[in-house]
Amino acid sequence: MSQKPEKLIDKKGLRLDGRKPDELRPIKIEVGALSNADGSAYIEQGKNKILAAVYGPKEVHPKHMALPDRMVLRCRYHMAPFSVQERKSPAPSRREIELSKVIREAVEPAIFMEYYPRTAIDVFVEVLQADGSTRCASITAASLALADAGIPMRDLVAACSAGKVDDTIVLDLMDTEDKVGSADVPVAFMPNLGVITLLQMDGILTPEEFEKTVNLAIEGCRKIYALQKEALRSKYISVKEVEE
Amino acid sequence: MSMVVRVKQKQIAQLIAKGKRLDGRGLRDYREIKVEQGIIEKAEGSARVLLGKTEVMAGVKIETGEPFPDTPNEGVLTVNAELVPLASPTFEPGPPDENSIELARVVDRGIRESKAIDVEKLCISPGKKVFVIFVDIYVLNHDGNLIDASALAALAALLNTKMFTYEIEEDEVKIKPGYTSLPLRKHPIAVTLAKINDNLVVDPWLEEEQIMDARITITVDDDGNICALQKGGSGYFTPKQVFEAVQIAREKADELRKKLGW
Repeated sequence: MSQKPEKLIDKKGLRLDGRKPDELRPIKIEVGALSNADGSAYIEQGKNKILAAVYGPKEVHPKHMALPDRMVLRCRYHMAPFSVQERKSPAPSRREIELSKVIREAVEPAIFMEYYPRTAIDVFVEVLQADGSTRCASITAASLALADAGIPMRDLVAACSAGKVDDTIVLDLMDTEDKVGSADVPVAFMPNLGVITLLQMDGILTPEEFEKTVNLAIEGCRKIYALQKEALRSKYISVKEVEE
Repeated sequence: MSMVVRVKQKQIAQLIAKGKRLDGRGLRDYREIKVEQGIIEKAEGSARVLLGKTEVMAGVKIETGEPFPDTPNEGVLTVNAELVPLASPTFEPGPPDENSIELARVVDRGIRESKAIDVEKLCISPGKKVFVIFVDIYVLNHDGNLIDASALAALAALLNTKMFTYEIEEDEVKIKPGYTSLPLRKHPIAVTLAKINDNLVVDPWLEEEQIMDARITITVDDDGNICALQKGGSGYFTPKQVFEAVQIAREKADELRKKLGW
């Protein structure tokens, strides 16, 4: 790891990459980035580069895993060996197994699970380059991939992190802020329903700081939600233009 | 979900809506907690926690090893959890699944982020040799809320841990007779709440866990600050419910800390 920076916020109140505390990193989203998948999305958030693909609804293998009244949602979050500074072994780490679980539990409330009994949907997330808050960007992309696959959903799930660095509450933590900062709170939110589907925290926060951090993250989710809708719309608008 | 629980689902939810629970507790009550320490002589620290019928054991072993390259002056903490097959018909032998990994990581986060262990005191030779603290959580009987029981067991075992006294001679650790206790600065307490039909209940037991929409675990340190948090389950929380849960967790953690004298 490179040297730890002395200060994460400068005298003008700006962060290492020049952002204001409540500013998101630049985000680029593409829906339908992969042709083989039933639905897919690609997101760049700062230096994060993440692909999500959805396969299904399809037959469940092994068969005994199938549920009679609802579908089975499976999720795999995986980081490419070259996605981080020091090569990461491609074998799934304990962190990746936990994240696969929380990402699944973050998108599941959005899906009408009972519409496809005895089937399975696979969500695959590949982190090609990681720069902090990858679980949030993964959820943002995964929910778009599900929508792109035509899975009936209650809402899109937008996710964003917030945290505390140098005694300031900031939005959308990048890698250094996550590692050196004093708290990290990833949040996934369904803006239309106003509910939280992922919430984790590590670090130390007072209850007041925690409330402020969660509320800031929710504001970030709302901004990302607008970008998600825009990205979905632009895929289908471009299809229309080809037809004409 | 088992058939029996599916039949009881409505009954459990209706009772909770009236502020009652199937096992007679109030919505904010923990089950009876029993803590026994020092039960495994060969471990450096050990404890058994009974939370109602949920039974969890934790053992601490200390070895020497290399520090992580980004923290050369700090000892290493490793938390692992085993859902052993004898504890529940739903546990199967084999490598740890996502549930045991999540359990271990939530407990780990509480101890790590609260800075309960003074890891700098566990450094023997910067960048070369440090003490590695292994906390192994062993679930012996699963009747719900494994996270809170495991966090209590882990903390009880750490409080019970005896470090051997040692001398460093040319970077080699030489063990001397006698023991000291492990340098513990904080006592993180995990409080789990389940959401059942928009009601929050503390310390869900197995049947409540099987029908809950979602759960939230909040780990609170001695000063009432939040040091770890994890939402679980396939449901959701409103922001208001989250902040309410945090408030309840702080009160319950305080109550548990007083009761256990930590």
